[in-house]
Amino acid sequence: MPSLPDMTTPKVETLGGGTGVEQDPHVSDAALRAPFFDWLCRMGDNTLILSHRLSEWCGHGPALEEDIALANTALDLIGHTQMWLALAGEVEGQGRSADDLAYLRDVMTFRNVQLLELPNGDMARTTMRQFLFDAFHAALLEKLSGSTSLRVAGIAAKALKEVTYHLERSSDLVVRLGDGTEDSHARMQTTLDAFWPYTGEMFLGDDVDAAMAEAGIAPPPQDLRPEWDRVIREVLDEATLAIPERRADVHKGGKTGRHTEHLGYILAEMQFLQRAYPGASW
Amino acid sequence: MTSPTTEEVWDWLSEVPDPEIPVISVTELGIVREVRREGDTLVVAVTPTYSGCPATAVIDLEIEAKLREKGVTDLRLERRLSPPWTTDWIASEARDKLRRYGIAPPVEGTASGGLMAARAARLAGSSNLSVACPRCGSARTEKVSQYGSTPCKAAYRCTDCLEPFDYFKCI
Ligand SMILES: [Zn+2]
Repeated sequence: MPSLPDMTTPKVETLGGGTGVEQDPHVSDAALRAPFFDWLCRMGDNTLILSHRLSEWCGHGPALEEDIALANTALDLIGHTQMWLALAGEVEGQGRSADDLAYLRDVMTFRNVQLLELPNGDMARTTMRQFLFDAFHAALLEKLSGSTSLRVAGIAAKALKEVTYHLERSSDLVVRLGDGTEDSHARMQTTLDAFWPYTGEMFLGDDVDAAMAEAGIAPPPQDLRPEWDRVIREVLDEATLAIPERRADVHKGGKTGRHTEHLGYILAEMQFLQRAYPGASW
Repeated sequence: MTSPTTEEVWDWLSEVPDPEIPVISVTELGIVREVRREGDTLVVAVTPTYSGCPATAVIDLEIEAKLREKGVTDLRLERRLSPPWTTDWIASEARDKLRRYGIAPPVEGTASGGLMAARAARLAGSSNLSVACPRCGSARTEKVSQYGSTPCKAAYRCTDCLEPFDYFKCI
């Protein structure tokens, strides 16, 4: 397989989604610039960090099919990252590329939710984290496909097709592991209980979200909750797993740059090459 | 040289093979969305199959190389995202070529179409989708994994001739 897609081909930055067909006034709206940039970083950092976590499985999967599926999912997500962060750089207007944003920002400026930076652990943890996020991601992208920002809508419509497969796969696995052996069931329930307090962050809105909602670019995150609840309930029921009776909004702050200790370690590995050899490409 | 017509350019592009499935061309795959002129510049709009597909950059290079070889000097490649690529755009002739190459072509009408479709597919068990074996034609096949050797393919197995094969999954 050749190198990572597009991340290394500079011309794609300029190609972005510029079709020359439809203009998107939101992209050059100075009043929206700060929140729009921040919001796009949240989108791109979520997919970047989860993609990196999944790529850690490459060559270590418990079965060849799982290894390939995890790597393919990581690849889809890195593709989404390229699109979101390229657009973020364009909105910011400081000439930063998707690569610059991915490889040259420090931990406090990352905007992913904390759930996604947690270590892979076993397949129960990897699978449950994926499922909890996929259900949110799919609901979000579906709404974003109708965004007033044509650029956002275009990326979302593209990504949704792939994320639909992600959700199908993680749902199947949650059912198989939850309603599996005594051991796999116990691990899945323990993981679900442990991750639950991280899930609330996905639905917390702030000023950035309010500005996006006002402009019609993105839905308020709390509006995604009913659809997420429905999918989660349905799949967990089938998986014979119990929805935890504890608060969901305990561990939060990733969206504004407050992270767990784990993110620093991820960045140390992910950014090493660009930090040590600035401008290196292949 | 005189500027080629857009029809000539389409013909040339039909000689550019997909790097991962060389029996079909980039035009048969349906990823070349437009060929147009902007003044002296020839513009070719290409859409990615999967957003992270590593072949995307290679395809751009091969399209450029082909057009340069034909004498085009003033060229711009445009990445087009909308509307997103769908397997419905694969030409019907290409479906037979895929089958002969050992890849089961996408079963029409099964594209992933958002949340509702995903739920329906899951509940109905989309793994029961009937994909004919490209080798022996048997309909008795089973899905091994929704993810295969490249982003666009799923892994299947024929329970009659026992051969594993790739299925070009719908998006
Ligand atoms: Zn067969």
